[in-house]
Amino acid sequence: MTGIPKDCDPVITVRGLRNAFGDQVIHDDLDVTVCRGEILGVVGGSGTGKSVLMRSIIGLQKPEAGEIEVLGENMIDRDEDEAKNIRRRWGILFQNGALFSTLTVAENVEVPIREYFPYIEQPLLDEIASYKIAMSGLPANAGPKYPSELSGGMIKRAGLARALALDPELLFLDEPTAGLDPIAAAGFDELIRSLQRKLDLTVFLITHDLDTLYAICDRVAVLADKKVIAVGTIPELLALDHPWIQEYFNGPRGRAAADTAEEHAETVGGIEG
Amino acid sequence: MERDPPEGAEGDSATYRMAGSITIARAASTAREIAAEPDPLTIDLSAVRNMDTVGAWVVYRTVRDRKAKVVGANDQAKSLLEQVAEADHPARVRPEERGGFSRVLRELGEWVSEAGVTLLGLLGFFGATLIAFGNLIKRPKRFRINAVVQRFDTVGVRALGIIGLMSFLIGIVIAQQGSVQLEQFGAEIYTINLIGRITVRELGTLMTAIMVAGRSGSAFAAQIGTMKITEEIDAMRTIGVSPVEALVIPRLISAVVMMPLLAFWAMLTALIGGGIFVWLSLGIPPITYIQRLQEVIPITDLWIGLIKAPVFGFIIALAGCFQGMLVEGNSEEVGSRTTTAVVQSIFLVIVLDAVFAVFFSSIGWR
Repeated sequence: MTGIPKDCDPVITVRGLRNAFGDQVIHDDLDVTVCRGEILGVVGGSGTGKSVLMRSIIGLQKPEAGEIEVLGENMIDRDEDEAKNIRRRWGILFQNGALFSTLTVAENVEVPIREYFPYIEQPLLDEIASYKIAMSGLPANAGPKYPSELSGGMIKRAGLARALALDPELLFLDEPTAGLDPIAAAGFDELIRSLQRKLDLTVFLITHDLDTLYAICDRVAVLADKKVIAVGTIPELLALDHPWIQEYFNGPRGRAAADTAEEHAETVGGIEG
Repeated sequence: MERDPPEGAEGDSATYRMAGSITIARAASTAREIAAEPDPLTIDLSAVRNMDTVGAWVVYRTVRDRKAKVVGANDQAKSLLEQVAEADHPARVRPEERGGFSRVLRELGEWVSEAGVTLLGLLGFFGATLIAFGNLIKRPKRFRINAVVQRFDTVGVRALGIIGLMSFLIGIVIAQQGSVQLEQFGAEIYTINLIGRITVRELGTLMTAIMVAGRSGSAFAAQIGTMKITEEIDAMRTIGVSPVEALVIPRLISAVVMMPLLAFWAMLTALIGGGIFVWLSLGIPPITYIQRLQEVIPITDLWIGLIKAPVFGFIIALAGCFQGMLVEGNSEEVGSRTTTAVVQSIFLVIVLDAVFAVFFSSIGWR
């Protein structure tokens, strides 16, 4: 099942993607579509190539075959100038933040702006960096700190601030809540959700975190057997009887996350009603 | 983007009219244009089609700093203005820095204290390796023979090619430069004395030490530094493996054992290079060259070269491992510590070489 919603305005379209490292085939004939304004969660067991899929889409990994279109532009074999125009319109949060270790948090946020808009004067640049840092939920005193002085949660937030530096339409998040404590993870989920609403973002989110899936994803794509075997809302996926999907969502952790999500929905409903 | 003449309803307030899309791409020019408008200012957003947070910020800061009025904002613009207002927490970009004289003083002080701490640390590290040696002698089963043999390969065998080539060329250069000078006195034959004594006594060992410092000392620092960052060394400690025993001792032993062998190899290739030059250029046949070498090089020269070699090897490995162990924090530090390791070890090698030169001369090994 790879159903695409009827009113879908595709932002990312991947068709027939094939990736292989030597003899080891990671993806074979993989299709996936991300619609404008949605948060698409990508799940799959370890080694199913979630990160490789993201790296193919953003052009860090050249696929062996297939078509990739991002924001209406073909991504395969494009020249550097054209690629720059697309890169300006997306932001990427890598798994470990990938902050430049020799720059402070604020300078990290300024890097993409400086690269694309060198005419913005320093005072305005500093102000922009400040409000991006605040929007990402970091305290103002995090600005002049170096990445090695930050905690794991703060590194993710700083990485998010840099990803949002150019006001992108599209945001890639690679396991944003991995390595965070449950409270920080819930806070980060909330932050992503609220930023996505406020800034009208489309989000491609790789995760292992069931709570994140229930809390913020509009649709979930399941990677297994070298393809996307199913895409849909969680209730839609639960209706399928693929063994991995059943085990994933109906295992002890899956049920616990579902219960939490249900309770949360009831509480919210109760207050509103 | 034009200024309207003051209208009656707005008093004498200027109106700055924005149109189209106000995004980061136009932020610089928009900010400049707004700065050029006189106070009091009204900003008209009714013709704005599209806005992002940077555009909103430019408008917001005008409102905040110059009490400008905003009219005609649509829902998107209003919500963006609210968001940036919410996120208005000025943050510093760089850590605070004091400039001028006090900074120079502070840096000088830091530099001096760091030099002292490094020297003390090196001494402490030397002590730690001695303790580890002692423990290994007590329990020789813990000695990692495989690690040592593997290091022999990387430090010694794999360096043969480059050190041989380097020394061969140095031998030629000494012979060529020496013969040009000595020819003026008709004393070309003394070129052989020059080549023989300088390579065996000094250059063979010294150049090998510099090459090993660049090749292996840097590798030691980088390897151990990277293991420090990835917490491998912490993991070793918690398992109960002493990092000094497991990482430092094999490297020290390999450098100490390999340095004399490499130095001897360097002496030989330098002599061969010089011999080929004198044969081809001065017409001295190899057999005469070898005979002459035997006559002019005292055996003490060879001892001097070979005694210095393990000491240099020890210093190089010690400095490399020590700097590697000092790595903390980020990946940049691996690079700077590696550089420090090479500079430190070459410096110490040359200082020691001078000490050795004075010492051997004064005990009569001239």
